[in-house]
Amino acid sequence: MKIAVCIKQVPTREWQPRLDDTKTWIREGDASFEMNEPDAYALEEALRLKEKHGGEVVVCSAGPARVAQVIREALARGADRAIHVEDDRLASADAFVTAAALASAMQEEKFDLTLTGLQSDDQGFAQVGVVLAEKLGVPHSTIIMEVQVEGANLRVKRELEGGWFQWVAMPLPAVLTIQSGINQLRYATLKGIMAAKKKDIRKVPAPPGIAATQKIVNLYVPEKGKKTQIIGGSPAEAAKALVQKLRDEARVIQ
Amino acid sequence: MILVIAEQKDGKLNRASWEAIVGAQQLDPSAITVLAPGASAASVAADLATASVKEIVTVEHAALEPYTPDGFTAVLQDAIAQLAPTHVLLPHTYQTRDFAPKLAARLDRAIVTDVTAIKKGGETAFVRPMFQGKLTADVVPQGPTPHFITFQIGAYRVDQVAKGPSPAPVRSLTVNADPSKIRQKPEAPFQQAKAAVDLSQAERIVSVGRGIKEQANIKIAEELAKALGAELAASRPICDSGWLPMERQVGSSGQTVAPKLYLALGISGAIQHLVGMKGSNTIVAINKDADAPIFEIADYGIVGDLFEIVPAMIEALKT
Repeated sequence: MKIAVCIKQVPTREWQPRLDDTKTWIREGDASFEMNEPDAYALEEALRLKEKHGGEVVVCSAGPARVAQVIREALARGADRAIHVEDDRLASADAFVTAAALASAMQEEKFDLTLTGLQSDDQGFAQVGVVLAEKLGVPHSTIIMEVQVEGANLRVKRELEGGWFQWVAMPLPAVLTIQSGINQLRYATLKGIMAAKKKDIRKVPAPPGIAATQKIVNLYVPEKGKKTQIIGGSPAEAAKALVQKLRDEARVIQ
Repeated sequence: MILVIAEQKDGKLNRASWEAIVGAQQLDPSAITVLAPGASAASVAADLATASVKEIVTVEHAALEPYTPDGFTAVLQDAIAQLAPTHVLLPHTYQTRDFAPKLAARLDRAIVTDVTAIKKGGETAFVRPMFQGKLTADVVPQGPTPHFITFQIGAYRVDQVAKGPSPAPVRSLTVNADPSKIRQKPEAPFQQAKAAVDLSQAERIVSVGRGIKEQANIKIAEELAKALGAELAASRPICDSGWLPMERQVGSSGQTVAPKLYLALGISGAIQHLVGMKGSNTIVAINKDADAPIFEIADYGIVGDLFEIVPAMIEALKT
């Protein structure tokens, strides 16, 4: 089975946001980057499927030169080769642009299955996987917690809201967006890191003329929320005062 | 014209649909159509018609039952072609996330997701979180209309819906779609755990974080929840430890909730948690650390030992 995994490089969780001079994007020079967490789970799932069914895992990423870091990491964890759609403008691209860039490079590969994270920790559109499926003309399912492949068919466990799940069957080829926590992540071994150096990364330019579908006109640190009433006194007094306020002021309990 | 696509399951309206209607009323209150898709659409139409909107349109079609992204995309593509809206508004539910980007891509129209507010001006901007809520962006969709907008659960309060002086008219719309083109074959939804709850529909929630210290202490939070008539929830570390089941997790990797009351016990307020509950009407934080970020978004706070305060609250609730 020929499996693609689409990964994105995003600022680390510890990163403190700083804005560039345009106030419409971040100061990339100040940021440290890592693999988007849900994409790491998608990669792990792809590696497990390959171990079970054979085939190859191809990492696909659309972004500026810096994303080579997460591509190398994915190769070190066990992916076989990579496709890097390289363009500086992809750093802040919207989901349609990213999906179009990925689709242009992936179309001819004719992957049986494409996995990606359900959303990214940077812009958080939760769109790329679904839009990619539409562009590739294949079925999709989202927020997946289990993947079963049987011949040319796929059966996946989709997470619904409120603790509900649903199995969905569909034919291959298909695109799935993977939920964090679907599996236990592996880390790269020294052997994996060494092997990754010899693996092929095919660089392709972004297709020309993809129009942006959204424009960030202002990016800022969120305004601080509401004023908090801090209730003092002994625990018993504070508890009593709180219950009274919830009843008479906020009117959220009887 | 603004088209709101409501979400219903078995004749039960998803509360977040009302929030999308509030968004529509803020965008342009003069020309709102609410579309209710699905076989039980008629049973939610009367309820939706109480809102101050121009009309309710029900769409019933074999391709809508059961839900699939292929079926919804095909039906709504035709409905949108007939109704010709300038904006299509939806609640940012799991179902919306499953089909709306496909629908927008099919029509080659912009889709702005997870919107929390609208800024009107020369050009209307939609406000959405980025970078895990560390930053906020004002975003302007580009290209021809309709533009698709999905609203974060809790972006608006259900009680903000403007009601009409008389019920809005209801009509049904006939659409063309080919159910044989649907590729997904869904099985019946099921609950993994027996006592699973839909926290997004809960009116009151008591939520526990690392401050609860050990599994045995969950019991006192449970007692408080019972006394308040609340559901029990938790932050991610509690569910990762297996102290409460995963489906009770609130936050970016769990559920997004917007109850009337959200009482956070020993939760520091990491952004991954805050994005899941900041839309709550009244937020109460009980934490021993006065600098915990949870206090920044709380309406009421008690700085102290939850193991002393919670039993005292249970006692006070008896009177």
